[in-house]
Amino acid sequence: MKQEKYDAAVIGGGSAGMAAAVSLARRGKTVVVFEREEVLGGILLQCIHNGFGLHHFKEELTGPEYAERCETELKTLPIKIYLNTTVMQVEAEDENKLLYGYSGKHGLIRAEVRAVVLAMGCRERNRGNIGTPGTRPAGVYTAGLAQRLVNVEGYIPGEKVVIVGSGDIGLIMARRMSWVGAKVMGVVEIQPYPAGLTRNIVQCLNDFSIPLYLSHIVSEIHGKDRVEAVTITPLEDGVPDLKQSFRVECDTVLLSVGLVPDNEVAKKIGVELNPETGGALVDSRLMTGVSGVFACGNALHVHDLVDYVTEESSRCGEYAADYLDGSTGGAQYPSGAGRNVKYVVPNRYDPAAENHFYLRSLVVKNRAELQVLLDGRVVKTKKLKHVQPSEMIGFSLKPGELEIPVQGEGRLEIAITAGEDE
Amino acid sequence: MEKTWDLAIIGAGVSGAAIARRLSAYNLEVVLIEKEADVSFGVSKANSGIIHGGFHHDTTSLKSRLELQGNRMFDQLKEELHFPFERCGIIVAAMNSEEMRTVEKLYDQGVKNRIVGVELCNRERIHALEPKLNPDVVGGMFAPGGGIIEPYRFVFSLVESARKNGVSLLTNWEVSGAAFRDGAHEMVNQKGEKLRAAYVVNAAGLYADKVSSLFGAEEFTITPRKGEEYLMDRNAKAYTRRVVFPVPGSVSKGMLVIPTVEGTTMVGPTAEDAESKEDSATTRENFEKIFYSARRLVPSVSERDIITSFVGLRPALEGDDFFIDISGKAKQFIQVAGIQSPGLTASPAIGEYVKDLLKKAGLKLAEKTEWKPEIQALPRIRSASPTEADRLIQENPAFGEIVCRCESISEAEIVAAIRAGHDTLDGIKFYTRAQMGRCQGGFCTYRILKILQRETGMALEEITKRGGGSYIVKRTLAEPGLSGEAR
Amino acid sequence: MSEKAREMICISCPLGCHMTVTPLGGEDVKVEGNRCPRGVVYGREEVLSPKRVVTATAALSGGVVGRVPVKTDGALLKELIPSLLEELYAMKIEAPVEQGLYLIENYRDTGVSLVTTRTIPAACKP
Repeated sequence: MKQEKYDAAVIGGGSAGMAAAVSLARRGKTVVVFEREEVLGGILLQCIHNGFGLHHFKEELTGPEYAERCETELKTLPIKIYLNTTVMQVEAEDENKLLYGYSGKHGLIRAEVRAVVLAMGCRERNRGNIGTPGTRPAGVYTAGLAQRLVNVEGYIPGEKVVIVGSGDIGLIMARRMSWVGAKVMGVVEIQPYPAGLTRNIVQCLNDFSIPLYLSHIVSEIHGKDRVEAVTITPLEDGVPDLKQSFRVECDTVLLSVGLVPDNEVAKKIGVELNPETGGALVDSRLMTGVSGVFACGNALHVHDLVDYVTEESSRCGEYAADYLDGSTGGAQYPSGAGRNVKYVVPNRYDPAAENHFYLRSLVVKNRAELQVLLDGRVVKTKKLKHVQPSEMIGFSLKPGELEIPVQGEGRLEIAITAGEDE
Repeated sequence: MEKTWDLAIIGAGVSGAAIARRLSAYNLEVVLIEKEADVSFGVSKANSGIIHGGFHHDTTSLKSRLELQGNRMFDQLKEELHFPFERCGIIVAAMNSEEMRTVEKLYDQGVKNRIVGVELCNRERIHALEPKLNPDVVGGMFAPGGGIIEPYRFVFSLVESARKNGVSLLTNWEVSGAAFRDGAHEMVNQKGEKLRAAYVVNAAGLYADKVSSLFGAEEFTITPRKGEEYLMDRNAKAYTRRVVFPVPGSVSKGMLVIPTVEGTTMVGPTAEDAESKEDSATTRENFEKIFYSARRLVPSVSERDIITSFVGLRPALEGDDFFIDISGKAKQFIQVAGIQSPGLTASPAIGEYVKDLLKKAGLKLAEKTEWKPEIQALPRIRSASPTEADRLIQENPAFGEIVCRCESISEAEIVAAIRAGHDTLDGIKFYTRAQMGRCQGGFCTYRILKILQRETGMALEEITKRGGGSYIVKRTLAEPGLSGEAR
Repeated sequence: MSEKAREMICISCPLGCHMTVTPLGGEDVKVEGNRCPRGVVYGREEVLSPKRVVTATAALSGGVVGRVPVKTDGALLKELIPSLLEELYAMKIEAPVEQGLYLIENYRDTGVSLVTTRTIPAACKP
């Protein structure tokens, strides 16, 4: 067993892990990155479409190009990288954290560190989670698995496809499957509005005349050995109207029904999770309830744009470096979601420092207003042209912009109000 | 001259596997025939994995006698075969005084059946035994001899032990015709392949009636009774200490809360007539029925924890007892039909019973001196300490390649499954637990496909979920020719 | 001879203006509903010569993975996409391959080329 010591360990070598590792290394800390795949880059490597980097690199890049830029930067720094290595055990003993990485190539690595950054990314919700009735034939995949099979391996799962969920992953796969010669019979969306970007509705559905069934569900999957058909049912006032069901013959079902932060490892180290996000509860420095353990990227909460993952994770690396330097920061107070907001990350703020929040709206609205409330009193507002649940909102408060609470809990809430509904 | 086997066992479910292993102790040429792509892919695939407590039936029935005998055999079997098994105990919970009266009848039955440690519990005792019960539970019964098991690992290990001792296994072999000629049965399969065996055991589960008919034996009907079950996350709050039964109904033992031996929680099964022997669909109505019923027993059961569901078909026979006997119509033919609950519990005893029937029917049983009932325990990286893991990885680096992260399964274990003959995704799943976790194969499927390709030489398009037409990859992109329809 | 008006959503930016675009004959196109000049460009192109950026993969032999991702370095006429893809899927590239390698230059004189988007090393010999 290799026994090694570092200042910090980063679990995950995707966009989040790479950004955090770079920040830590730039601050002179010794860093080890554990990545279970053969290469760095994470999920970006299978996202061969473009739309990445518009904010961060001011260029429109494909996923692999974005990943390569991050990797190039990382390789200029003395960061130890263990590929083909899965972190299987973690123990925290006050100052010291012990990580055990298992690798066929490197053997067992025992790393003793003082800070850990959780950057494991997320996984997909699957058929079991949404409980689609029917038989369980082969041919039901999550969209991400199909994306991996097609884009990295060149394996085509099937010829006639029905896609559940109109989020960007589902839409992108509608186009991808069409471009490899499969026929996409339709995209089924439970909400009355599409979940993904309008540009993707045009480029991925309209271009291929693929029908989008809004306010519909797949109410049953049919097929003995392999998928043979699905039953699609419209919703009337949110309730399935089975009499209007129709059958679509297909051999493949792709599920794009949501992502969940992947926190197996976090649970092993005793990190408390936020039921709203599925990621860790963190303070204003992205530190979890376990001292010296930080979280960022999709493992903390599911992002839409990798640019924000990089932004958040670079900061996370800085915070971890501050921690290693022994700086504890100022007093912190609770922060959370107000009206019409699904969640706010992080869960605490430090009025004396710069505070970066990421949040998601529960509603679709044009000309909305973001409100910051301190102990119930509105202290700041910002106009937003358009909000929808599938577009994460970033929001900052400068140091000292909020008065340090003297009375009351000092609870900060971010709410979304006004404007007109879609 | 065509080979004549001494014994052919039709059906490699829990009954056929147990019989095969028992008969492997004798100097006989035994062949185990299975129509699916792997063993345990029929009725035994969807088993709830409960070793019953022996109080549900009275001993006038064969099934009850075999249940009691079988239950007692599991500790030794576990030592020999290393399948996951725990005697966690079974609780029957009563919600009111009327239900309590039914429980008392079960208790009396248990006492009559001489079950060790069975007790009638008052409110305090039942809640102490199982703290997650609904506070409204007024009392019940506790059978400490009941337990939980991983059913397919059990069947796989029985078959492995049988094969180690000389039993041959034929999969994808469906008997489609049979005739008795020159003192033996001549069978043919759907591909036209032939097989001759002096004695035949019909352990064909759902299709035992069809097989019986093919051999000119007794006429009976197997009615498929469907049971749906839902599996919940290993972190679900509803993971109980004991298997929790409600008071049984007239037709079935009821819908249970089962803490599986691997740490997940199962609820169900329902019991209703299936449309056909191929009907394996789950329904929204049954989902609601199951969760209502489960929450009534254990309030912390939550739909949010569901990771998957499945359906089992029970081979129901009129009369509701096991039909295990020497055929009165066909020569040298043993019937093992209608093996519903408590079939899994009874299976080791079924093996003994059928061995005796075969002897009675004239099969010469000469004991092998070198019978080795034990098989080797499979090292599992997930239960290894870092020091043990270090040693395993150094011996075989494939133990360090973690393929299934949700369940922590290494490449070495997947290779072991493939080398033991499990070459479908489901076969690998049941052998190793890879694909059974939270992500349900989202991350590991492509890696398992590649390992299968490498180990077996199968083309990608040949790999299936569970045999037959359940292909995973339709084609690879390397093939030229695009029929894409971009406007 | 003018054709009918078409409804479309502009995809040049996230606003997604709903526009009405009417071909008036020849190169003449009327665009209404846009909130910026990019909408006019997009509306005209969609009617006269719709174009899209294509992202796909090419077969790679001898690399750590079997496909190398590629993209067109500009938007390509939609009607040419099926033939481009057919040509792409017939190609076989050898690893190692650098990001930015041109696989097809100036496809059918459109000025648009096909380029790799990932650096993939050769697989280590066992």
